[in-house]
Amino acid sequence: MIRIIKDFSKLFLRRENIRVGFYGPPNAGKTSLANVVCKDWTGEEMGEISKIPHETRHVQFKEKVEIKYKGKSLTFKMVDTPGIATRIDYEDFLKYGLKKKDAKKRAKEATQGIIDAIKWLDDMDAVIIVLDSSQNPYSQVNITIIGNLVARKIPVLIVANKIDLKKADIKKVEAAFPEYEVVGISAKERINLEEFYEALMRLAKKV
Amino acid sequence: MAKNKRSKRLHGLSMQIVPFSEVKELGIPQRVKKILSLILNNKIVVLQGRLRSEEEARLIEDTMALVDHVKNFKGIELAVIEPNIKNAGFFVKMKYGLAKSLIGDTSSMTVIGPASVIKEIKRDPKQLELFFG
Repeated sequence: MIRIIKDFSKLFLRRENIRVGFYGPPNAGKTSLANVVCKDWTGEEMGEISKIPHETRHVQFKEKVEIKYKGKSLTFKMVDTPGIATRIDYEDFLKYGLKKKDAKKRAKEATQGIIDAIKWLDDMDAVIIVLDSSQNPYSQVNITIIGNLVARKIPVLIVANKIDLKKADIKKVEAAFPEYEVVGISAKERINLEEFYEALMRLAKKV
Repeated sequence: MAKNKRSKRLHGLSMQIVPFSEVKELGIPQRVKKILSLILNNKIVVLQGRLRSEEEARLIEDTMALVDHVKNFKGIELAVIEPNIKNAGFFVKMKYGLAKSLIGDTSSMTVIGPASVIKEIKRDPKQLELFFG
């Protein structure tokens, strides 16, 4: 019933009210990409980035991001979510030089962040899944996220980030998810962002 | 010597096969609870079939809640392997889809284990590789 009400309400949703979520595993570059988009179109950044996994431990928003690109316009609410994982071990953070107390705090916040990210899936109109193209894409977390989006009929765009890395393999990402559009970019090096913005416009049209 | 060390490390590793018939009547919370209770007993669960995507999401949510509350519990490793029917013909796909809707997805296999036991599961489309920590 709730699904029917949601589908019905979408008919009357103005395009500028759409919520676009950034999802993916930890350290794939979700916040880096969100920062690039925010900086390009609002002049401000979205959140802190770090080499230590689970830097984003709370769902972050940017209201009314307006993109004007090649004569087209898109206004949306950007939602950057914590990386979804199936394991959290505070000892992993110690390897990055964190103190035990800080590592435990980070682990506790990260677990809650994952729960929040999953709960937020219900509120998304479209989702950008950000993957690290140098990592194996066949992880169950990626499959679970996509499966949940398909079940909710939420349009998906897959971004294969970090294509500047030697080990990057976009073809492997494409092979893993042949039913979805995959755009290879490097948020850090600002590579292929034009193609990303075009794909984002196409994604918004599906809402 | 090295051989002894390895067998010592794997001593006590326990695996539980869960047939689809054992979980098919259960609702999402009960299925997830059953799996997690086995995991908390340090068992590697081999489930006939696969969880639905919303069940997998619930499994991750409940796992994270447990990481927060159960001492030394670090989470789970999870992987599914399923028959590759992408390139199969129309009738094979139809047969597979029909069987799936009638008796559930029994042709897949799901492996779920405690993160403290399984360091990593590497999956490619055809095989699963389990690395023990």
